[in-house]
Amino acid sequence: MNGMTTIAEFRNAVLDPAKRRHYQLAWLSTVDHKRIGVLYMLTGLFFFIVGGVEALFMRLQLAIPNNHFLQPDTFNQLFTMHGTTMIFLVVMPVGFGFVNYVLPLQIGARDMAFPRLNAFGFWCLLFGGLLLHFSVLAGGAPAVGWFSYAPMSETPYSSTPGIDYWAIAIFVMGIGTVSFGINTIATVISCRGPGMTMRRLPLFTWINFVNAFMIILALPVLNAGLAMILIDRQLQGHFFLPIGGGSPVLWQHVFWAFGHPEVYIMVFPAFAIVSEVIPVFSRKPIFGYEMVAASSVAIAVLSMGVWGHHMFTVGMGRPLDVFFAISSMLIAVPTGVKVLNWTATMIGGRIRFDVPMLCCIAFLIQFTIAGITGISHASVALDWQTKNSYYLVAHFHFVAVGAIVFAFLAGIQYWFPKMSGRTMSEPLGKWSFWLMVIGFNMTFLIQHALGLLGMPRRVYTYPDLPHWGWMNMLSTCGVFFMGAAALILVWNLATSFFRGKIAGDNPWDAWTLEWATTSPPPHENFVALPPIRSRRPLWDIANPDRPDPIVGENSAAVTLPNHNKIGILTFILSETGFFAALILAYLYFYARPQAGPGPKELDVPRTLVFSVCLFASSFTFWRSEVALTKQRRGSMLGWLGLTIVLGAIFLGGQANEYWKLFQTGVDLSTNMFSTSFFTLTGFHGLHVLIGLIVLLTFLWAAWEGDLVSSRFDSAFKAVGYYWHFVDVVWVFVLLTVYILPLLR
Amino acid sequence: MPSSNALDPQSPQARAIYELAIHSTIIFTLIFVIVTGAIIYAIFRFRARPGEPDPRQIPGNRKVEIAWTIIPFLIVIFLLGMTLSAMNRADPPPAPSPDLVVTGHQFWWQVDYPRSGVITANEIHIPTGKPLSVRLESKDVLHEFWVPKLTRKMSNVPGQPNHIWLQADKPGTYIGQCSEFCGIQHAWMRILVVAEEPSKFEEWQRAQLQPAQAPTNDAAAKGRALFPTLTCINCHAIRGVAGADLRVAPDLTHVGSRRQLASGVIDNTPANMRLWLKSPQHVKPGALMPDFTLTDEQLDQLSAYLSSLR
Repeated sequence: MNGMTTIAEFRNAVLDPAKRRHYQLAWLSTVDHKRIGVLYMLTGLFFFIVGGVEALFMRLQLAIPNNHFLQPDTFNQLFTMHGTTMIFLVVMPVGFGFVNYVLPLQIGARDMAFPRLNAFGFWCLLFGGLLLHFSVLAGGAPAVGWFSYAPMSETPYSSTPGIDYWAIAIFVMGIGTVSFGINTIATVISCRGPGMTMRRLPLFTWINFVNAFMIILALPVLNAGLAMILIDRQLQGHFFLPIGGGSPVLWQHVFWAFGHPEVYIMVFPAFAIVSEVIPVFSRKPIFGYEMVAASSVAIAVLSMGVWGHHMFTVGMGRPLDVFFAISSMLIAVPTGVKVLNWTATMIGGRIRFDVPMLCCIAFLIQFTIAGITGISHASVALDWQTKNSYYLVAHFHFVAVGAIVFAFLAGIQYWFPKMSGRTMSEPLGKWSFWLMVIGFNMTFLIQHALGLLGMPRRVYTYPDLPHWGWMNMLSTCGVFFMGAAALILVWNLATSFFRGKIAGDNPWDAWTLEWATTSPPPHENFVALPPIRSRRPLWDIANPDRPDPIVGENSAAVTLPNHNKIGILTFILSETGFFAALILAYLYFYARPQAGPGPKELDVPRTLVFSVCLFASSFTFWRSEVALTKQRRGSMLGWLGLTIVLGAIFLGGQANEYWKLFQTGVDLSTNMFSTSFFTLTGFHGLHVLIGLIVLLTFLWAAWEGDLVSSRFDSAFKAVGYYWHFVDVVWVFVLLTVYILPLLR
Repeated sequence: MPSSNALDPQSPQARAIYELAIHSTIIFTLIFVIVTGAIIYAIFRFRARPGEPDPRQIPGNRKVEIAWTIIPFLIVIFLLGMTLSAMNRADPPPAPSPDLVVTGHQFWWQVDYPRSGVITANEIHIPTGKPLSVRLESKDVLHEFWVPKLTRKMSNVPGQPNHIWLQADKPGTYIGQCSEFCGIQHAWMRILVVAEEPSKFEEWQRAQLQPAQAPTNDAAAKGRALFPTLTCINCHAIRGVAGADLRVAPDLTHVGSRRQLASGVIDNTPANMRLWLKSPQHVKPGALMPDFTLTDEQLDQLSAYLSSLR
């Protein structure tokens, strides 16, 4: 199928009502990574306008001192929604949209490893976004800031359901995000085209691959925290309420353990884009591919250990303050050297100042500023003055807008031709770029000064202190330039789609595989792949006199790992973060003396009996797998049935334990032991239940005779991994909750 | 008009942070100039001219990359050292018992002097030249105490007392604000620190320990009689007159002596006092003090009385 004909057809179809319906359905039901990528990006663009309008209203209110344009509660809802929207509904979707579209093309794959899971992830995002905004109609949007600190976010201080909508929406979006992370990892490991070894991956692919690991480890921790706040708000738990023995600081730990990796999750797609665009427009390969790749891994690992730098003023104690200062300063090194790598790529090049490159240059300078102010926050004593002030607001907007949005603008102008077959207008792009640079710097540079003059963040108005007035006014003026830039961008996108210059396969003379196919690519992506021996296959073809050095070897027959196996193992890895957070929360309260029920209420011997049943079910599952490989249907069904029975006995035992506790008046709301106990064992039980449902499905399929397909085989193995994992988690829960108290 | 400029430190603790800021800024500026300089150099020196072939394809230079990893690492170590030193100077360990206890409420600051027994709200008086050990607490949600010219910021966490040192070199008024979002009127939870010569501070302290002033005019006298009959006493106390020791709302025994009302929303004048009493929700919507239905006469009497409580 010729991609060009399809686009021409599509354009005609948009204008023809009869054909429009067909395409609407095609887009709503698509599992094609290219269309899903576009859906992600369009969703992100839509919410960018929403978040931008929220920002506009806020800055109008803040333009003059003592302003009464907005009510305080309205302003507080606006800044909460602005932050939540921009992070979860703009930056992440647009970043993931780029990955979805470009990554499979760059590795020579037909699609992502799990196309239906890919669609699922997108619809989770859209549903979450709509659910979040529904709160406006249902009592008011949340008004506690995008990170929803406790106890402000607890029912006594926030009685309207806005926060519940927020928590559930983000929970759903988080599931979509984790599924995207799993898909990315499985795609890169299992779906590479012939000759595309891991060492030959383009940096865009590699950086987003590493990013996927951060995603699968960090998002589940957020979901654990969201579960806990919902349990507090809806089921009278006390995780974060001091009056019930809970701890507001625990919320901060759980949230920022997600929140800090999250900001790297947001910025990595930007790094990835810039690592593609700068070399192409400097006409040189990236300077120091290995170091850029390695530093990305270093950042991913370190990012798990820096979260406390968001808590330097909460009173963690000097040793923890120092630990997080050290780790946060250290992470600046691999982040900073990337800027040097990108700059060195330009040096000695032949730089073309098309719009993508202009955006990258602005990115470099603005990200340098962002990085420097970031280091100043890592310096604890400086953070003691600047945190929670407009200096901090300036820092993170320099990252989120100055770096990330500008990188996205580069990516949009760079890959739009590939996606639509036509290039965007350079003159309009330049207008958009310069308006954005002027507006962005006008709004946010001055905010550094405002913070140093003592203006805190999240204030709906402020007194007429020296300089605060004109500085805020200047900051507000910048918003109009940015708004104009955004409008021109949208206009550029729309008109270029219909009337832009035809792009051809490779309008930028770039070197990665996405440019080795038509613009847009056909449904199956490639008619044929070029030979791949280095990191820039198209450079080698265009420059046979000076090809890139060959990277690695071409082994004859490479069998990539099975994508089902990688998928389930990645999913299991993501679940470890979720359960780790719940176990640590349990231990946090276990360590504090508390009145009321405790582990002594638990019947350890009986639980051990039911635990043995659960562990035995792992053995019986293994026997079932063995029978399957020998194609012995009866044996396989028998062992599988026994597995299900043993699992059900375990659940029955747990239900019985819960019942006995309820009878003695111990439930979720009794004290911190009971809240954390029921939460931890409850979520584990839920995982067992889901496992049982899946096993029953397989039992049914096997009963119907579907044993022979290889798909069944690898899928069954995958379920096995999950089932064993659920057992392993129970080992930890058993040790922590039931055995540990006996050792005292 | 006082300012809250963090770059104008007025205490040894704030100065320690300020000096760190200056030294760090020198390093940061150098980094910025070098990096941006390289970028600008590249832009001008290596622009593509039409028709030129692609340049030499340099993949990298391991030695250069190792050097530019080690040098930032060393810079970071140096910054860390400076930071640790500033941390110790800005935030020494607390005294065994506090000189001052500041408790955050939605949306005001409760101020207690445990040694002398002074109780006030929102306006903190301190003698110059002496470090005071301050315990920070909260009665409800997270708040954060920040007076940029004098000290670091520190959260008021419910259930977990925190500590800072508060000191001023010179007499003056130092302003600050709650800096952890705490609800609808977070913006108007301002702090006023009034530093005075020790002798003047003693004077202020003595005055604060006196029982409530007896009214000197008719309106105030009527106000004094009115106060215990109204629901004010469910939250507020005027020592010697009425109100339990509830601490739900600011102590009013010497409310007339304070410079501002409602944690900094309005200046403390008799007209503003009346305005506040007439409709707190109009002045500070969302404050936990509801609107009452007081007659004009009652408003005149109450505001006259409260303004007289110096």
